[in-house]
Amino acid sequence: MAQLLEVTGLGKRFGGFVALDSIDLAVAAGERVGLIGPNGSGKSTLVNCLCGTLVNEAGTVRFEGRDLAGQSAHQRTRLGMARSFQLPRPFASMTVGDNLKVPLLYTVNTRSKPALTEAEIGTRCEELLTLVGLADRSRQFPRDLTQVDMRKLELARAMAAEPKLLIADEAMAGLSNSEVNDIVALLIMLNERGVTVILIEHIMRAVMNFSHRLVVLVSGKKIADGRPDAVIRDAEVERAYLGQ
Amino acid sequence: MSSTARSGLFVLACVAVAAAVFAGARAVGNDYVFFAGYTVLQFVVLATAWNILGGYTGYVNFGSAAFFALGAYSTVFLHKAYPLPIPLLIVVSAAVSGLIGLGMGYLTLRLRGAFFSIATLALAVVLQTLVVNWNYVGGARGAYVIRPAEIPELSLPYIQYLFAIMLGLSVIAVATARIVERSKLGYGFATIRDDELAAEASGVPTLKLKLIATTLSGALMGMAGAPFPYFIGYLQPSSAFALEYAVNSIAMPMIGGTTSWIGPLLGALLLGTLQQVTTVTISSAVNLLIVGVLLVGFVIVAPNGLIGLWQRVFSKR
Repeated sequence: MAQLLEVTGLGKRFGGFVALDSIDLAVAAGERVGLIGPNGSGKSTLVNCLCGTLVNEAGTVRFEGRDLAGQSAHQRTRLGMARSFQLPRPFASMTVGDNLKVPLLYTVNTRSKPALTEAEIGTRCEELLTLVGLADRSRQFPRDLTQVDMRKLELARAMAAEPKLLIADEAMAGLSNSEVNDIVALLIMLNERGVTVILIEHIMRAVMNFSHRLVVLVSGKKIADGRPDAVIRDAEVERAYLGQ
Repeated sequence: MSSTARSGLFVLACVAVAAAVFAGARAVGNDYVFFAGYTVLQFVVLATAWNILGGYTGYVNFGSAAFFALGAYSTVFLHKAYPLPIPLLIVVSAAVSGLIGLGMGYLTLRLRGAFFSIATLALAVVLQTLVVNWNYVGGARGAYVIRPAEIPELSLPYIQYLFAIMLGLSVIAVATARIVERSKLGYGFATIRDDELAAEASGVPTLKLKLIATTLSGALMGMAGAPFPYFIGYLQPSSAFALEYAVNSIAMPMIGGTTSWIGPLLGALLLGTLQQVTTVTISSAVNLLIVGVLLVGFVIVAPNGLIGLWQRVFSKR
């Protein structure tokens, strides 16, 4: 399979603190990768470096064979890399429907020729909202949403950009069991439609159900990468999570 | 109806209202109406221009007076160097202020919140110092711009001509604001106000959009300043860079409501008229006091301005 994302020797430090230490990671098109690690292990920093929110000091990130150095966050989104944020960051002054309009206007419309018309954008928004189960909330504002709906909105907005690679950063934190199942099912369905997904998550049940492959970060280093069942039996991973 | 057709209709409506206002002012037949009206309309343009950057993208500009003064001093410069009719002066002023806006944006837009505001204030101080020390445009002494008594081609008294020009500029400013607000650009601006990180993640080129906003806002403020030397007759740095322009162009949108084009328009009409009335009835020094008191009142009672108040009242039902 062709590699969609290739990360080599990625390094990021904050002052004297090494947040990411020479990370190598390859993700093939169509894969479902779970990324786990204890708090502070550098998962979100890795996402930020991949998506261009932070600039990595060392290493390269290649997407579809193209070096992303110097590409800003919005350019990477337009290339086909979308993310959801760990804490939902909706556009508070816009309705739920309008939130989804933004990636359609600014990402999809910069790619598709001819550009989508107003009516087409409206239909897309409705489709996406139906897909994540927010169809009846289109005219509400983000502040009126429940936590789970807010997370669905966050995912829907990332999906609206029609990414090739979706990076879901702790999309399920704080949700109930059935809500977690809903979101896992949603991500699997997306994957079956051809979107490569990297899932960052603490909820092991979700990660295990979802992932083809599991990557473990500890203190900014990648300590395991392989089949999920093999990885969680790995001695080093056990030590990192449970202590000695 | 398509949005282009609606925008066209809106511009037509604005022109009709402006024509009606002009006819009304002439019907009153008192020159003072034109003087006072000019000042109020000037604030309509300034407040609307400020709101494109401050209200739509959330970057609070304290340097409005600098852009206004740039427009005014472009006129003073050209009046001496190569006299042009006012509509052309307006175009030149818009270009000068827009360019400076672009430059200021490029230098300062990496700053956020209060830091950006302080940088814009610094720009105003730097420009004022420059003008004070530039002898050609009058320096600290100021410059006289003698205006003719009337426009012979139209046999229109000059103050009426200036009033009509400012009406035209108000239409341009308000129409621009509304078109921007309802366009793709408007969505982009709002995402910047709400959350820049999320905006970038959705593909919004935030820096480019912010530069468009500073340029557009600066250009409109410069346009408001261009006819000012002809209006006042004698321009000195302290009147062109006056505090009241910076304060009013922030206060008026705040009082009206910053998320829509109608907010700064309402705010400027209300506050501007109130200031004109108090100038005549009480004293001109009370102006800024009123602005201050109203601003404090609105922050407490209606933090989202008149628009917010309106929405709150009507969504409760």
